[in-house]
Amino acid sequence: MLLDDKSVYLMRLGDNALVLSQRLSEWCGKGPAFEEDMALTNIALDLIGQARMWLSYAGEVEGRGRDEDALAFRRDSHEFTNLLLVEQPNGDYAQTLVRQFFFDAWHQLVLEALMRSSDDRIADIASKAIKEVAYHLRRSSDLVVRLGDGSAESRRRVQAAVDELWMFTGEMFNADETEELLGAQGLACDPSTLKGAWLAIVSEVFAEATLEIPAGEWMQKGGKQGRHGENLGLLLAEMQFLQRAYPGATW
Amino acid sequence: MADLRERSDRVWGWLADVPDPEIPAISIVDLGIVREVNWHNEPAGAVCEVVITPTYSGCPATEVIGRSIEEALRERGVERVRLESRIAPAWTTDWLTSEGRRKLQEYGIAPPARRADGRQVIDISRLRRHAVEDAPAACPHCGSANTAPISRHGSTPCKALHRCLDCLEPFDYFKCH
Repeated sequence: MLLDDKSVYLMRLGDNALVLSQRLSEWCGKGPAFEEDMALTNIALDLIGQARMWLSYAGEVEGRGRDEDALAFRRDSHEFTNLLLVEQPNGDYAQTLVRQFFFDAWHQLVLEALMRSSDDRIADIASKAIKEVAYHLRRSSDLVVRLGDGSAESRRRVQAAVDELWMFTGEMFNADETEELLGAQGLACDPSTLKGAWLAIVSEVFAEATLEIPAGEWMQKGGKQGRHGENLGLLLAEMQFLQRAYPGATW
Repeated sequence: MADLRERSDRVWGWLADVPDPEIPAISIVDLGIVREVNWHNEPAGAVCEVVITPTYSGCPATEVIGRSIEEALRERGVERVRLESRIAPAWTTDWLTSEGRRKLQEYGIAPPARRADGRQVIDISRLRRHAVEDAPAACPHCGSANTAPISRHGSTPCKALHRCLDCLEPFDYFKCH
């Protein structure tokens, strides 16, 4: 380590929250209902707050003088280490919802584990964030049930979103060397240990939502190692435009 | 020491007049954001340290609150103010003062209905439809317990929208957190 592994791990946590936050904020003013517009922007706000805490800490541990803004606005696509799931486009509302549900369930379990981290600051950030994420998961679970067990059209769309996004869920549980190392030290969470609990949440909610878990086992991977689809580049182009065009601009 | 204690008490009193920027009916002390006030004698003079714990991670009010504290203390002649933001233990609505709860109610916002203890670990069975969720005890306008949720999220991160089924008025609910 280990400092390198630790900053890499913290950056992953921050990147997940940041990229999903940016995606959700694309719905601002365009939500299908007023309540949903408020929900997505409020969730985006929670996530951007969490991203700031993780990225600030990542920058401090890294020790190269990069603060949260430098990490958010001055890294290129291949330096982002978020899960591929969170960079997927918003699509229709079912896709936005299913992406959120898959992530919320995983996020909840990761934070539960990180509350017990041997690193006090990681445990503190996780303990704060999980209160918000538990609320996110309640909302996304409830909506998956309502739309899954809703009209024929809403069910069709949610199931289609599940089928399309399923291949991005495997990566959440692939531990790499960094996670194995930090997991063994009690500092981070080895994500391979979370798969059973995640499937239990998804199965419980899908059973009530009359949705089916896809049979496909082939999974995409590479986000944590910086291998992203073109979607992330387009997202960053918008998110980073101002700091790229006017470096260091403040207001 | 007694002098420092007295000065801290006075600062707590001043901070009790600093309104929350988004819900000005209650103060930042009522909200439970101010955790400690400490005076430190340093070579360059006495420093007043105020420890605050932010509410929600992304709440935009947090930065405004920091500035409001500095202004409030400077206006009263405190020249050197140091703000410390502390995230642990995480802020909870259990820290709302009873005065704060009363003021929320009067302002038309239903206060949290119960304590937040240990809500962060998810019980899967409660993710099901019709699971018992956080709901206000009564409508802040007419006092009826006959209310229904409108939206889990409201105009600030800390609130949800509900409506009264008797007086038919919508109202904000300060979520249990």
